[in-house]
Amino acid sequence: MFKIVAPELGEGIEKATVACWHKSVGERVSSEDDIAELVTDKATFNVPAGVSGTVKKICVAPGREIRIGDTLAVVEKSHD
Amino acid sequence: MDVQEKTYCRVRDLGLIAYERAQDDQKRHVDDVLAGGPQTILLCEHPAVITLGRLSDERHILFSQKYLEERGVPVHCVDRGGDVTLHAPGQLVVYPILRLAERGKDLHAYLRGLEQVAIDLLARFDIVADRFSGKTGVWIGPQKVASIGIGVRRWVSYHGLAINVNTELGLFDLIKPCGLAVSMTSVARHKKGNIDMGRVKQEFVDCFNRRFCFDV
Repeated sequence: MFKIVAPELGEGIEKATVACWHKSVGERVSSEDDIAELVTDKATFNVPAGVSGTVKKICVAPGREIRIGDTLAVVEKSHD
Repeated sequence: MDVQEKTYCRVRDLGLIAYERAQDDQKRHVDDVLAGGPQTILLCEHPAVITLGRLSDERHILFSQKYLEERGVPVHCVDRGGDVTLHAPGQLVVYPILRLAERGKDLHAYLRGLEQVAIDLLARFDIVADRFSGKTGVWIGPQKVASIGIGVRRWVSYHGLAINVNTELGLFDLIKPCGLAVSMTSVARHKKGNIDMGRVKQEFVDCFNRRFCFDV
C-alpha cells in the first residue's frame, strides 16, 4: 500500500483545503495522474498520485482542511 | 528566485479574447510546458466577465444572475485560488506558465514574485505601489490595482495576475473583489488618462523576464 500525503507547498504554508477528488475508490491511477486538488488562499494545487495502482481509500472529504504531511489517500500499487 | 541558467520565456499576446477561449489556450500551453516545451506567458484582455475561484463565496457577487446577463457579464467558476474577481477590457491579464520545480517549489515565493513584477511595472510609470500585509495583490495606497490567483499542476503554474490599466472601474461595483471591502484603482486613474496598452505589455514582459531570470 502507498500513502499519498499532502506535499510541501512552500515556506509558511502549513495547511490547505481539499477542493475536490479527481479519482474515486476502486479507480485505477497512473503515477502522473492528478488525484486531488488542494487549495490555499490564492492557489490551487493538483496532487499527483505518484504511483500506479488502484485507489483503496480516500481519507479526507472535499471541503476539509488538512495539514501538510497528512495522508490524503491510500493506493494499492500495481505490479505491471 | 535564482535560476542557474537563464532561459528564454515564450510570450504570446492573445489580444482581446473571450475568457473561455483563453482558458483553452492556457490548458494547451500547460500541456506543452509539461511535455518539455518552453515556459510561456500569455498576455490578454477579456470582455467583461466575473470569475469565482475555488473557495469563493457567491455572496461576493452583489447582483442577480439575471441582472448580470442583462449587463452582458457572464460568471465562470474556475480552478484557481482566490475569491471573486472581474476582468474587463483595459485590464492586462497575464497567465504565466512556468516550471515552479525549477524555482524551489514554493507557492508563496511565486506569488510574491508576481506581486513584485506588478510593483516593478508600476514604478516604470512613476507609480509607487506596494503589498498589503497579509493579503495577496498589489496596492496603490489603500486601493488595489492588481489581483492574483494561481493554479499549479505537476509544479507548472497557470492562471496568474490581472492589473487594472485602463479598466472601467465602475464594473467592480458588481462584486466584492476578492471578498474584501476594498476599492479598486487603475494606472489610468493615477496618470489621469488612458495608458497605451502596447507599452504596458512591453514593459511588463521586461519586468517579468528580469524578475524571473529569463533572457531579456
